[in-house]
Amino acid sequence: MNDFLAARLQMAFSLGFHIIYACIGMVMPFFMAVAHYKWITTGNEVYRNITKAWSKGVAIFFATGAVSGTMLSFELGLLWPEFMKHAGPIFGMPFSLEGTAFFIEAIFLGFFLYGWGRFNTWFHWFTGVVVGISGLASGILVVSANAWMNSPAGFDFVDGQYLNIDPIQAMFNDAWFTQALHMTLAAIAATGFAVAGVHALMILRRKNVSFHLHAFRIAATFGAVAALLQPLSGDLSAKDVAVRQPAKLAAMEAHFHTQKHAPLIVGGIPDAKNKDVKFAIELPGMLSFLAHGDLDAEVTGLDQIPEADQPPVSVVHYAFQLMVGAGMFMMLLALMLFVAFRKKAWFEHRWFMRLFALATPLGFLAVEAGWTVTEVGRQPWILHGIMRTRDAVTPMPGIVWSFYLFTAVYISLSIIIIFLLKRQIQSVPALYDQPTLTPKS
Amino acid sequence: MSYVVITFLWLSILLYFLLGGADFGAGIVELFTSSRNVDRTRRTLYHAIGPIWEANHMWLIIAIVILFVGFPVIYSELSIYLHIPLVVMLMGIIARGTAFVFRHYDAVRDDMQEIYNRVFVWSSFITPLFLGITAGSTVSGHIQPDAKDFMTAYVLGWFNWFSISVGFFTVALCGFLAAVYLIGEADEESARKGFIRKARNANIIAVVCGILVFVAAEVDHVPLVTWVFGDSVGVTAVIAATLSLVALWRLIPKKRRLALRILVAFQVTMILLAISYAHFPNIIIMAGGKTLSLYDYQAPAKTMSALGWALLIGSAFILPALFYLYYSFQIKRMRHFEEA
Repeated sequence: MNDFLAARLQMAFSLGFHIIYACIGMVMPFFMAVAHYKWITTGNEVYRNITKAWSKGVAIFFATGAVSGTMLSFELGLLWPEFMKHAGPIFGMPFSLEGTAFFIEAIFLGFFLYGWGRFNTWFHWFTGVVVGISGLASGILVVSANAWMNSPAGFDFVDGQYLNIDPIQAMFNDAWFTQALHMTLAAIAATGFAVAGVHALMILRRKNVSFHLHAFRIAATFGAVAALLQPLSGDLSAKDVAVRQPAKLAAMEAHFHTQKHAPLIVGGIPDAKNKDVKFAIELPGMLSFLAHGDLDAEVTGLDQIPEADQPPVSVVHYAFQLMVGAGMFMMLLALMLFVAFRKKAWFEHRWFMRLFALATPLGFLAVEAGWTVTEVGRQPWILHGIMRTRDAVTPMPGIVWSFYLFTAVYISLSIIIIFLLKRQIQSVPALYDQPTLTPKS
Repeated sequence: MSYVVITFLWLSILLYFLLGGADFGAGIVELFTSSRNVDRTRRTLYHAIGPIWEANHMWLIIAIVILFVGFPVIYSELSIYLHIPLVVMLMGIIARGTAFVFRHYDAVRDDMQEIYNRVFVWSSFITPLFLGITAGSTVSGHIQPDAKDFMTAYVLGWFNWFSISVGFFTVALCGFLAAVYLIGEADEESARKGFIRKARNANIIAVVCGILVFVAAEVDHVPLVTWVFGDSVGVTAVIAATLSLVALWRLIPKKRRLALRILVAFQVTMILLAISYAHFPNIIIMAGGKTLSLYDYQAPAKTMSALGWALLIGSAFILPALFYLYYSFQIKRMRHFEEA
């Protein structure tokens, strides 16, 4: 492995690790707020227990997200100093606002976690909501900075110089809205399905069924609503990418040849050498429709992109398929959930809970795959059309070792966190078991 | 606006030192606490920093964001030539942050606690050590961008007597800060005495490390003496720091908790002022006398103005909330002790 690849992989792992904690940290507070609200208004103790149990998870995830986010703010410079030297002043605006949002989140998390019994009930509830809102704001701001890398704006690039810098214009670049919307929904869906899945598993094991069922309903509802809205946002993103980054869209779809009435390719194995896709299902005209809203529109293929500017096709294509596939499955489950709200008996069927338990990792799989599409699909550029990733990397040799070190840290932290969550869940009976509630099955 | 940004940069570094530094110090105090008293210390420490510790570490993020948005060349030069100490520091930050919450939120109390504790205390030591080494290196004059070999370019810039002595001085100061803060947190007389003893030891070590920094500066040809004693601001700051130290030790028996904290914070502020004022606005001094000044290497005016406004507006949200957080969990608690 060379240092350049090591730097890219280290960045990918760091982002891939951080994103999970960031998503949970920004979405779970809303689940908590709902449970907390129900506890305050109904006085049903199950809701208080759920709020407390979830808040422990949030504390663990928030702390991990905060430190991995701190690391990222350094890694940007440690790995890509040449990029940051030029990009910092242009796309820094969302980061400086994010600093505020993140700070508020940390402050209010302090209020929320340690505030039981110390404050007015509604003030305490409100601090939890602020954690969620500021977390969401941080997420949107950071995505807006990433969107700028896909859709550079707010400066003139003249003879290698970055002139007439306008940080506000850079923040509101063409891609910020579609990316922020897609990511926000993805975070809600992923967290919703992950949390619901864990509770479904516990229901299947017939442990504290009432506790887990109440928790399941809150998390699954959030996840389901987001999963149903996501295709609409995905459509906006696809149309946007088709115009701004045709190379990325072509790689997503393994679309080698520019053509009218272009087919949508589902699955398949792209062969970059012979420029075709084997074993794929083709839906005629659908790619033209998805990209431009017209079955006969021309869709730019990779043949129109200079070889040196093409992203790697296979990785992007597979990641895209994985994301869409996972999203479809979650949509199906979302529809089933709404049926179940009508036919209450479904909640007691084992197959229903099995499906949700099976879907636990799907949302995050889709998030990781989606980021792979965004980031690998932008290659070879770090700043689309302006600066190549290769030119941005640090001159320091030996990044391979840094990559090994960071990887080891992320792997061990992940193992410890899974271990901790397992212990948290196992301790639910001891902490919250209520003799009056008999499990129904 | 660039003055606003520079002021915020300095303040966020100062606050990180005073608040985040005290957090590190709490871990350092734990490291040097005998196993007999360690459980009690740990409990006190958790009550003291639990609710506020996430917020304390946000100042580092604010400082680094100001640096990369407002002073991108300085940020990227630091990132290239001080890559190794920064990575070690990051490892410390992630290990410490996770170990602290893991040990509190692990649902089962077993041998894992011992692992979290070990990781927590050692990373509390290593992180400020490498923060100090990084800070020392920026002005050590040992960074050599033109060097061809790995050692000179990426190691000797920070692996020198001066930088390392600044690292240990930082650790000692963090320990001192924490020990003085914790005096006010102790819930019984014997614990209070313990923290007073810790504060005294940390004080002595900090003075010794401070002297070592001056010695190392001479060895490594860093004009530290001229910086600190060469102008009236530096001399005044040193005198103020010394006087506040005397006042601090006279106040300790009187149990004036808040006054103690203010004095120790004032003292650290003076130390930071003395060392940063002299070579201001040069924030990096490299080999051969090349300097990177905050005036010459700042982002275009439009960025500085946007950043300045973002910081001003941001602090209008942050500071009241932060104050209320400290008030709710710290000041109220102290009053409670004083009444008891």
